[in-house]
Amino acid sequence: MARFLLRRFGLALITLFFLSVLVFAASQLLPGDIARNVLGPFASAHDVQQLDHQLGVDRPLYVQYLDWVSKFVRGDLGTSLEYQVSVSSLLVPSLVNSLKLAAVAFVLVVPLSIIGGVVAALRRGRLTDRVITLTGLSLTAVPEFISAIVLILIFGVLLKWLPVSAAFPIDADFGTQIDHLLLPAMALVFVLFGYIARMARTGTIDALESDYTRTAFLKGLPTPTVIRRHVLRNSLLPTIAVIATQMGYLIGGLVVIEKLFNYNGIGQRIYTAAQNKDFIMLQSGVLVIGLVYLTATLIADILYSLLNPRIRYAGVE
Amino acid sequence: MSAVAVSVSTPEARKARRETLRQLARSKTFVAGNIIAIFWVFCAVFGYRIAPHDPLAQAFPQLIGMSGSHLFGTDQLGRDVFSRVLTGARDILLIVPAATLLGIVGGTTIGLITGYFRGFVDDAISRVVDAVLALPLIVIAVTVLVALGHSTGTLIVVIGLVFTPIVSRTVRAAVLAERQLDYVSASQLSGERAPYIMFIEILPNVMGPIIVEGTVRLGYAIFAVAGLTFLGFGVQPPSPDWALQIADNYPLLGTGTYWWTVLFPALAIVSLVVAVNLVADGLAKVLER
Repeated sequence: MARFLLRRFGLALITLFFLSVLVFAASQLLPGDIARNVLGPFASAHDVQQLDHQLGVDRPLYVQYLDWVSKFVRGDLGTSLEYQVSVSSLLVPSLVNSLKLAAVAFVLVVPLSIIGGVVAALRRGRLTDRVITLTGLSLTAVPEFISAIVLILIFGVLLKWLPVSAAFPIDADFGTQIDHLLLPAMALVFVLFGYIARMARTGTIDALESDYTRTAFLKGLPTPTVIRRHVLRNSLLPTIAVIATQMGYLIGGLVVIEKLFNYNGIGQRIYTAAQNKDFIMLQSGVLVIGLVYLTATLIADILYSLLNPRIRYAGVE
Repeated sequence: MSAVAVSVSTPEARKARRETLRQLARSKTFVAGNIIAIFWVFCAVFGYRIAPHDPLAQAFPQLIGMSGSHLFGTDQLGRDVFSRVLTGARDILLIVPAATLLGIVGGTTIGLITGYFRGFVDDAISRVVDAVLALPLIVIAVTVLVALGHSTGTLIVVIGLVFTPIVSRTVRAAVLAERQLDYVSASQLSGERAPYIMFIEILPNVMGPIIVEGTVRLGYAIFAVAGLTFLGFGVQPPSPDWALQIADNYPLLGTGTYWWTVLFPALAIVSLVVAVNLVADGLAKVLER
């Protein structure tokens, strides 16, 4: 187990290293001079040079990279070019907001899609199965801003049940915050439901067709017991894995959803940073997103191995 | 030339291919998806000719509702929504297939190399793939498009490049299974060179998963391009692109009126993505029995 964890952790670190190089390289694509971009076309050459020096972009690339990474590791994400305050003071509250939204979405989507997938598998080939599978497939394929607009139209404009903006007042209590987050979270649920339900369905069908399930039925166990003890335990394993990989999509979806609902999350931050060419904010924000994703997959892998003794004991490979 | 490469055009192979086509023609999802998709391709090509009004002309009263002369009403600049929906497929149907093709070609090449050679090359490329996959497509695309400036070419390349590692994973898995088979060791023993074995002998046998992956990617590409356009990083005005129409007109939704400016382009996108997914589903069922 320890060996497995160590190996898994090591792989995540290597991936993180590659990711940081990629992000750093991408920010080098920015055209022209950063200081010139910040100061505008009328600044004197001297001022530009001074700001370049101050930002450290006149040093060799590998020095800049090492400087950026070593500061990042110590929690210093640099100073925002746009706002002239530390990036972390802007990113951290946004990240917390995004996590709130993601949490609401997850609390809704995980039970819903697992139930949907398992029910579809148990009713395999029948109408219920086709309805769940086709609905999931179609909802997943529709861009999130479109489902979000439909949701806004129905629940916000027509029925007036829920607020159309996710931006809740600072002193809002828990219930009010949830009210504001429900619509954007539902838009994310629409996209995620199809993937997770499909995985749960496939896993359940595999488990239903297995020898151990047949044995359980043959030795006369009641159906609910077989399903609970033999089918579900095995079918939910791949589902956990797929839930973690959807973290990546979820954060991408946040960029669009947060803009649409005017919600101050990390997606909105990245979007504004991109628009304002605030490359320091962009660079650190993108690396934070990668870090969140890798942490999520790492946790999922550990959970998976805890639930699956075959991996736990087999250790490496 | 080895026997296997020749066998691609033997009567048995042709018969098998006909059988696949026959199964596809019988698949309802495949046929329905194709009909919708072909309709939109037709509109993309001939839309400007068949549209009742010029989709770009701000020639009418603003925001009038649906009527005989304006089937879907007009938008806030006084343009005919029906004509804009008919012509709105053009940009997305140019970008999406090009980006997907780029991703498929790149991904197939890398997948064949990593799956065939394995070892260090495979490990190294897999790590880079993991790193790319740790970022959502939309974040990568926004970053690169800001850095390089908006252009249709950049958009195609970015999406294609992000698809490359994802496709390469699928191809790699298929190649790993294929590599175990006797015909590969046979041609290795007869002294064929690696590129020949990879591209002439293995490639035809992994076309099934590649085609399925391609149609799935088409769906994702529509998703991505529409999302990016909505954010302002994709197709640029004054194009009648559907996502752009939605982005322009959704701020008016809060009032509850003027829903036609958003609903019809939204339905158009939905019908296109659903069509592509139906095709993908039908193909997957037949090719991956």
